[in-house]
Amino acid sequence: MALLQGRRRSKSLLQKLSELNLLIVVVVILIASIGFALLYSVGGGGVDPWAKKQVIRFVIGMAGMVVIALVDLRVWMFLAYPFYFISLALLVVVEIMGHTGMGATRWVNLGFMNLQPSELMKIALVLALARYYHCMAKEDITQYRKLIMPIFLIGAPVALVFLQPDLGTGLLIILGGIAILFCAGVRMWLFVAGLLAMIPTAFGAWNLMKPYQQNRVLTFLNPERDPLGAGYHSIQAKIAVGSGGIYGKGFIQGSQSQLNFLPEKHTDFIFTVLAEEFGLMGGLGLLGLYLILLAYAVIISMSVRSQFGRLLSLGMAVTFFLYMFINIAMNLGMVPVVGVPLPLVSYGGSAMLTLLVGLGFVLCVAIHRDTSISRGGAFA
Amino acid sequence: MVTPADDQKYKIFTRRASLIAGGMLVLSSSLVGRLYYLQVVSRDQYRLLADKNRISLRLLAPERGKILDRHGHGLAVNRTDYRVNIIPEQAEDVEQTLEALNAILPVSERRRKRILRAVKRQRAFLPVMVAENLDWETFARVNINIPELPGIQPDMGITRFYPEQDLLAHIVGYVSSVNESEIGEDPLLELPGFKIGKNGMERILDQKLRGRAGNSKVEVNVMGRVIRELSRKDSIAGDTLNLTIDRDIQKFTADRVRDESAAVVVMDVHNGEILALTSTPAFDPNDFNLGISQKKYDALLNDARKPLINKTVQGEYPPGSTFKMIVALAALEAGVIDKNEKIFCNSRYEIGNTTKYCWKRGGHGYVSMVEAIAGSCDVYFYEIAGRVGIDRIHDMAARFGLGRKFGIDIPGEKDGINPSKGWKLAYRGQRWQGGDTANVGIGQGDVLVTPLQLAVMTSRLVNGGKAVTPKILAPDSGDEAEAGATPAPERIPFDRRNLAIVLQGMDAVINSPKGVAYATRMKEKGLSFAGKTGSAQVRRISKAERDEGVRKNEEKPWIERDHALFVGYGPVENPRYAVSVIVEHGGGGSKKAAPIARDVLKYMFNQERPAESRNAAISAGSDRPGERGGD
Repeated sequence: MALLQGRRRSKSLLQKLSELNLLIVVVVILIASIGFALLYSVGGGGVDPWAKKQVIRFVIGMAGMVVIALVDLRVWMFLAYPFYFISLALLVVVEIMGHTGMGATRWVNLGFMNLQPSELMKIALVLALARYYHCMAKEDITQYRKLIMPIFLIGAPVALVFLQPDLGTGLLIILGGIAILFCAGVRMWLFVAGLLAMIPTAFGAWNLMKPYQQNRVLTFLNPERDPLGAGYHSIQAKIAVGSGGIYGKGFIQGSQSQLNFLPEKHTDFIFTVLAEEFGLMGGLGLLGLYLILLAYAVIISMSVRSQFGRLLSLGMAVTFFLYMFINIAMNLGMVPVVGVPLPLVSYGGSAMLTLLVGLGFVLCVAIHRDTSISRGGAFA
Repeated sequence: MVTPADDQKYKIFTRRASLIAGGMLVLSSSLVGRLYYLQVVSRDQYRLLADKNRISLRLLAPERGKILDRHGHGLAVNRTDYRVNIIPEQAEDVEQTLEALNAILPVSERRRKRILRAVKRQRAFLPVMVAENLDWETFARVNINIPELPGIQPDMGITRFYPEQDLLAHIVGYVSSVNESEIGEDPLLELPGFKIGKNGMERILDQKLRGRAGNSKVEVNVMGRVIRELSRKDSIAGDTLNLTIDRDIQKFTADRVRDESAAVVVMDVHNGEILALTSTPAFDPNDFNLGISQKKYDALLNDARKPLINKTVQGEYPPGSTFKMIVALAALEAGVIDKNEKIFCNSRYEIGNTTKYCWKRGGHGYVSMVEAIAGSCDVYFYEIAGRVGIDRIHDMAARFGLGRKFGIDIPGEKDGINPSKGWKLAYRGQRWQGGDTANVGIGQGDVLVTPLQLAVMTSRLVNGGKAVTPKILAPDSGDEAEAGATPAPERIPFDRRNLAIVLQGMDAVINSPKGVAYATRMKEKGLSFAGKTGSAQVRRISKAERDEGVRKNEEKPWIERDHALFVGYGPVENPRYAVSVIVEHGGGGSKKAAPIARDVLKYMFNQERPAESRNAAISAGSDRPGERGGD
């Protein structure tokens, strides 16, 4: 029973460090390095203005990721609600006094960086919902009154984010939350009904959208409607990707990206740079690396003892996937243009931080896969 | 402590997490499918679009072909044009730079405003023209001061230049900016600043002169800024046109008739090459090239002497007495008169119920054909014209090139009129009358000719009847096929002896004391010429005026005076050159026109004589052909 006892005992920090999945760390570094290379390329072959800053942020984020991974999972469960409410408070703050950029209020200045609380909220919501369902008896999960709390937890930040208005992030938060509810075991018919209810909701949402958002949807459906205006992004991105072919035009050789035909090529449309300069091979390579991360997170979630750990890991996987899918699909002209970055690759601090923190939680869950946590949340 | 409830939670989680994982896999596959579709299936289509974005085709204007005279002197050449541009993005303050430039190169307030407007409108890296056609001094001064003129870019372009100014304006013509309506298939025409031929040879041989555009494929960024040149195909310069014109003869001729409204054609009688084709007054084609002011243009348009008209091919005049050779030859050929038969001239000639007059009051008395030509007796020609009839006169005139254009490479060539019975019925709706034939007999009435036709007529008379046609492009100019295909001119069928009689008459006009232009003869030993004078009535003289006494030409207003004509050739033995001269409203042919022809021929003879000594001068390097035109 020494093994069993060993499991119960807290591992030493060194032990934990040795259990850190090196494959995942390497994959994360690889993905981020692709990002550095692309930022170097769109910087006209220079570390300025983007690549250098991105490396610095990544190093800080990586440190954060490792720290999160090593902290006991129960500490994170304990901190889940406080973290959520801090994030919610920050969202209120940006709503009141945040800086305005691009017609939407999204950032709060922390002095050393501009933080997007909505990014933070993606993590915080997963934590909070994971804790909520961890602490719930199996028979309560199917009770409808027990849905009031999760709906509030999801609804409050989403309402604030929609107010900013940031359609993409709002949808990301909703979908991430719903994924946890789904996996926690909420009645299936509710999701089916929800799916059907989306149709009238879509019409309602249409009326709430700002004209530029409506335009994005319209031009997504027909980009040639406005080839020099709202459809320009979509068309130029598709030209960049398509002209890359199988092997691409070569590093710093993409005419679309190097000659500035691509909009937002260092942020939301960085995937087109990859696809243009490295072709199908580059695109599939990055996609493969992402899938390794996702597969790992899903497998971990299924091999964890605590429900909190399971939901947390899967929630992070879903969040990560949504980033990746929506961004690439947008780059390929499959969904309307929404402001979602390519995980770990797009230039920008908040998203990078969010995703590394999220991965930190996945690694943390992996290290603490055998830690059982009581429903009360106390340290067992 | 795994409770059964926990176990069930775990089972549900695993099931549903698998569903989500499956969903993620499906969606990821859709990304792969989309990537495949864009990058493999539609690759070529998107590559094309990317290139369309990236590559911009810039046309390179070809150098326009030069127009040279028979000795290679430039008549229409290309000259470096010094310009000054400003590139707004390189100037910190455009207004300040212009202010600084003003000290070196005055920029008018209007121009300054236009530049500032253009600066605001255009992209900052595109140059805006500040000044053009600068002289070298100013251009050099701007260049020296470049450090104090941020954004100023000295530039050199090429413009058409006509070094001889108005000397060949009607032949060479001019180029000017392209009108919107002229933009057609050739993309060159859309090039800013591109000019095409608008008159003269520049117009009708524009395609040959223009050349073919080259292009430069450049990579541009989204702003249209050129990043680099990808490939280049140089333009092909236009063909050089070598004219048969001799600039020096042309110049002498033009100077000789400078103040008259006149036309002079000098032609080689054996091959039809035109050595001089002068129409005065003319205009400076450089004015049109650079954009002529409305005031200047109106002045040209309203000038009674019609400087814009090329009188040598566009002017149609009654030939007057210069037509008498045709009538004489027709009559001799028809056998209706013998060279020795004399006809009595008492200055009056009755035909039908009208009376026609001879120019000489008191009449010529009894005259033979040679005497009639020498004295230009009208009564004699009324008579023989009546005998031979209009049909044969018409045929003879046609054989000598009258009444039809030759298709020479100069625009606006006119047919003239070689009247006939059919012509009168068709155009006037009237039957031919005996009086009409009498009028044509002295080159009046309906007959109209151009100076070019008169020169051709004279050439054919004196070259032994070879039907030469006028040429202004040297055989080695233009395409080979055209030059090589020119057949030897056919012979006009007539009796040589008859021709000799006519030429004898033309000789007597100048060189016989009885000739009307005896005073004009060349007195120098070894030089000679012959010809026929003419004067063409501009206005019919009415009965009342004749009764009062015909006013002398000098007493009439300029516009009502007779045209003075002369056709001549030289030397008398073995003629080589034919000359036709018309001085509009110049009065009598013998006084006004014949001396011009004599001086031109004399000039040519004198030019030829020291030919051997000139060859020596060329080898000594003192003669530099082409120095006027080249650069």
